[in-house]
Amino acid sequence: MQKIGVFVCHCGTNIAATVDVKKVVELVRYEPGVVFADDYMYMCSEAGQEKIIEAIKEYGLTGLVICSCSPRMHEKTFRACAEKAGLNPYMVEVANIREQCSWIHKDREEATKKAVILARAAIAKVNLNTPLKEGESPVTKRALVIGGGIAGIQTALDIADAGYQVDIVEKEPSIGGRMSQFDKTFPTLDCASCILTPKMVEVNQHPNITLYTYSEVEKVSGYVGNFDVDIRKKARSVDFDKCTGCGECSTKCPLGKIGKIPSEFDRGLKNRPAIYMPFAQAVPAVPVIDRENCTYFKTGKCGVCAKICPSKAVDYEQKDEIVTVKYGAIVVATGFDIINLDKFGEYAYNESPDVITSIELERLMNAAGPTGGHLERMSDHKQPKDIVFIQCVGSRCDSEEKGKPYCSKVCCMYTAKHAMLIKDHWPDTNITVFYIDVRTPGKNFDEFYRRAVEQYHVNYIKGQVGKVKPQPDGSLMVQAADLLDGKQINMKADMVVLAAAVEPNPGVRKIATMLTASIDNNNFLTEAHAKLRPVESPTAGIFLSGMAQGPKDIPETVSQAGAAAVKVIGLLAKDKLKTNPCTAQCDTLLCNGCSTCANVCPYGAITYDDVQVMDHGLRETRRVAQVNLALCQGCGACTSACPSGAMDLQGFSNRQITTEVDAICR
Amino acid sequence: MANVEKQVQLIKDISGSDPYKCMRCGKCSASCPSYNEMDIKPHQFASYIIRGDIDELVESKAAWKCLSCFACIERCPRDVQPGKLVDAARQIVERQREGDYLQPDEIPALLDPETPQQLLVSAFRRYRR
Repeated sequence: MQKIGVFVCHCGTNIAATVDVKKVVELVRYEPGVVFADDYMYMCSEAGQEKIIEAIKEYGLTGLVICSCSPRMHEKTFRACAEKAGLNPYMVEVANIREQCSWIHKDREEATKKAVILARAAIAKVNLNTPLKEGESPVTKRALVIGGGIAGIQTALDIADAGYQVDIVEKEPSIGGRMSQFDKTFPTLDCASCILTPKMVEVNQHPNITLYTYSEVEKVSGYVGNFDVDIRKKARSVDFDKCTGCGECSTKCPLGKIGKIPSEFDRGLKNRPAIYMPFAQAVPAVPVIDRENCTYFKTGKCGVCAKICPSKAVDYEQKDEIVTVKYGAIVVATGFDIINLDKFGEYAYNESPDVITSIELERLMNAAGPTGGHLERMSDHKQPKDIVFIQCVGSRCDSEEKGKPYCSKVCCMYTAKHAMLIKDHWPDTNITVFYIDVRTPGKNFDEFYRRAVEQYHVNYIKGQVGKVKPQPDGSLMVQAADLLDGKQINMKADMVVLAAAVEPNPGVRKIATMLTASIDNNNFLTEAHAKLRPVESPTAGIFLSGMAQGPKDIPETVSQAGAAAVKVIGLLAKDKLKTNPCTAQCDTLLCNGCSTCANVCPYGAITYDDVQVMDHGLRETRRVAQVNLALCQGCGACTSACPSGAMDLQGFSNRQITTEVDAICR
Repeated sequence: MANVEKQVQLIKDISGSDPYKCMRCGKCSASCPSYNEMDIKPHQFASYIIRGDIDELVESKAAWKCLSCFACIERCPRDVQPGKLVDAARQIVERQREGDYLQPDEIPALLDPETPQQLLVSAFRRYRR
């Protein structure tokens, strides 16, 4: 018989306001096996833990039931506490009387009753608990970063600088991501390339970093410390070792002159050849052939690039290659894009080339952009005199149908940046910003916005624009209302810039599924704890960096990238990881070898073996299941699927669970 | 007070929209062709209802200047649909006058020069199914 101690936590008023804690203590005191019961204000505090340790020693407790918050919150804390007092940590059970009781009920009497029932179930279970010992698994000392934007770059550099091997997988031909498309960055207005390009070069030259560009993650298996990842290296059609990056092929590609392929990097404002580098500072400086558009791949004719390449690097026969690499940790840094604006017909984005998105404006203002940094209208190449900025296009919407429910967070600041940069270059330009709210929390952020108003005289008007109407004379009519002055406005503009909502890169869903990392309704990756574990996915060994986790600007992205790197380093620094001892076990006497368990196991942890058994004096060979304990994650799928009850989970045995149910129904 | 609450609820029921969702972005006022004729502007409808100033809204010029063009309903990013809110205010007045429901065959008899045309437009839209 166990000697069980029950500890009921008040959690301040979190539990005690709804559950009569003292009454719970009195009612569970006489449950079978219980030799001690007490309550305390904060069981997880040092004083609370002392109380537990003292009771273990004084009453010789062999099992503990902590009635407190969710085990996700403090099971670890209390297990460590038990271990300190010499008790096996798996002799601790947590009855969740906060999240599953006090927080969701209002009636004190009902809640108290439920708390007692939950405690009773935990006590019944502890009576059957046996000490368990954690196993060990090795850690592969290599990290994978998915995405080569500023988030992925910073994470990779930080991990590599700590001495660990890192691979970056980037689906585009070059690393750099969104930031490489930007002109200047707020709030200091330093040029994006000036601060990003050196980092890209550093990544390329770092002895601990391997780059897989033009590559995608194809398959992920394994678990924390031991992931196996298949990476598809798409055929570049250019030999990496031979190419010198001279760019002759791109210049001579006949499709470059016809100009029918819109450049992804320049957001369609410029065309590119079929063999191309996205931009001049691309890393690696090796072009790719876009096989879908290349004349040679379509018709078998042309071959100009191969002919003129001075180092004979063009290779039309190259094939996709799949490499399998082992990793200890994976960081998701897949970044963002802006939403499709088809739903916003009122802003005439698809009607007029002079209605552009902010990223397009970045390209138009960039010295390396399609206009060489000269701001001009795409329709007539004239310099715009009156420019209107519309904020919150598709952000802060109520329904999926309208747009995104969240604030995109970066638009207020980059719009102030755009306005000031334009005014700096072309002071005669009239700039009007239509806003709903100006949101500028951040160091030196509000000062930045105020500078746009006070020093540059940018006209900020509160009121969302209703409609943008292209006029016969080529201008745009902007219809809005100044809500603060109570006036409707019809304003002529030469150019309208839309601050389109950001959204996670559309490819992230597929990646999250492969990693079994959870995502929210907006496809942002979910953190393990919104406040306390913001860079970890709930799936062990998966970490989050940058916009993939939620809207954020560059300073925040870089901080988060560093934080994710620290978590990865913390994991890779360990030689062994403790494995969960709550694994499945097969009772070979009961197993009939039906394979049901192997079919449901998501980790491929079950194999079959032929064993000799004596059955009623007859020796026979039977096919029975065997669990690979290193692979088993203790999900329990096999135990519920097994028709003969041969599969059982340590720490959550079939008997323990039925006993819990019995205790609840008693 | 209880009466005000009842009226607020009635407006919510008739319009099927939630005034609390309004973030006062003003896209409705920006889009409204009758803006200049209105004493209460479309982006203010929701706050009048939230505050319980229903009588003021019902008695306003704005309620009868709305053309039921539905631009605000179409463009509202928060699905507050100011056009439906003000239509509900109008219906409260009409219901008190003529009973709760309008049947198509009853309309000719109701046509009088005093009934604003936009009310009929709204009514048709509302009851066309």
